[in-house]
Amino acid sequence: MDGRDVVVDQVVVHRNGRLILDGVSAAFRPGAITAVCGPSGSGKTSLLRLINRLDVPTSGAVRYGGVDVAGLDVRELRRRVGMIFQRPTPFPGTVRANLRQGAERSDTDYARVLEQVALTASMLDRDTADLSGGELQRVCLARTLTTEPEALLMDEPTSSLDPDAARVVEDAARALAGAGMTIVWVTHDLQQRDRIADDVFAVGDAQ
Amino acid sequence: MITWVGLAVSVLLVVVAAGLSAALGLRIERDIVVAALRMAVQLAVVGGLLTLVVSPHRTIWWSWLWVVLMVGYAADVTARRSPAVPGLRWVSLAAFGAASVVTLGVIFGLRVFPVNGRTVVPIAGMMVGNSMTATVLAGRRVVEEIADKREQVEARLALGHDTAAVCRPYVRAALRSALLPQIEKTKAIGIVFLPGAMTGLILAGVSPAEAVRVQAVVMFLVLAAAATTTVVVAVGVARRLFTADLRLADTVPRPAQ
Repeated sequence: MDGRDVVVDQVVVHRNGRLILDGVSAAFRPGAITAVCGPSGSGKTSLLRLINRLDVPTSGAVRYGGVDVAGLDVRELRRRVGMIFQRPTPFPGTVRANLRQGAERSDTDYARVLEQVALTASMLDRDTADLSGGELQRVCLARTLTTEPEALLMDEPTSSLDPDAARVVEDAARALAGAGMTIVWVTHDLQQRDRIADDVFAVGDAQ
Repeated sequence: MITWVGLAVSVLLVVVAAGLSAALGLRIERDIVVAALRMAVQLAVVGGLLTLVVSPHRTIWWSWLWVVLMVGYAADVTARRSPAVPGLRWVSLAAFGAASVVTLGVIFGLRVFPVNGRTVVPIAGMMVGNSMTATVLAGRRVVEEIADKREQVEARLALGHDTAAVCRPYVRAALRSALLPQIEKTKAIGIVFLPGAMTGLILAGVSPAEAVRVQAVVMFLVLAAAATTTVVVAVGVARRLFTADLRLADTVPRPAQ
């Protein structure tokens, strides 16, 4: 078992009397992008939220590096397993102020993470209110990368982006997986799945 | 001084209000009359009790007991005005308690007013009564801020922030909203309107200079009380919107999926 393996074991999620996930099991390996596919409402987002502990399962367990995440310090877990949301979630202020919310680092370090998402250090003083959707999502990705995560949960991160911006995010994710990161990427776009995925996990089929 | 006849004549003003409602078809004549009657009865009871409490022969502890009951009642009213805000009763009890300690501590501890039955209850009453609106607003706004910006809040949680760091920008925004009306009101005093305590003192024959000094103290008191209660309520309510393991509580509405 690698220290960066994410394993979902027989998880069940009930919310407001509705069954969201019914006994789902999956394993996500390091150094690969696993595409999580499934129809709308099949629980793809819910699955990611369990791994980051933004939600807890009704039953079953999520393990990271062989340890039940319920037993890990939640803040430590979230810094080791970063999450990118479907819509960009910039905070008010400049790009630098956003990156600081991830971690206090030097501008040189910020330039390096911006480069990982195909942005440049000249962006640091720009206000997030002036950025395009594609730029915002990449800033959010860079913000998460400042915490130096070992795994990345990406919830349809390109669904609100144009094709060119989507490709940039895909390339960034490919490079991160190439560097050994565990990447779980939710998508309903089959072409995107074929472009990016090393492994595929279909939520609806597995239940 | 107001005579009983004068008081009876002033009831004509209630008739004017009810008459306007009837003439315009507002159908709130009954509410106006009931409100006026209720106010008169409540004031009569309070006046009677105050007469007992302010008597120089009475121990000051009766006044302090009155303050404690007032704080409890204010916390209850605040909670009932915002039933959707979780745990507001206890948080606002802590808030009004803290505001009482801070403001009455300064006013009476530093001898701005002497401690006696004539000062304790009215000063505490103005402090609690005037900070209630801001307190209710702070509780509501912090819930609205965090629910409206749920995605941002969860992005902060996902970065490994603790509750205090996650809440900070939303608590700040809620506090600004809650305190701005009181700040605006304070700015407008003397220009746009003459406040109640000062007007009452002048009507009672106190010199305007002295009435102004009393009013200034009251306004400082109300500002400090509103600032204290809103901070305690905003921080206290914000904490209750998160679970112990740093997730948003189920009481925070989720977006439709």
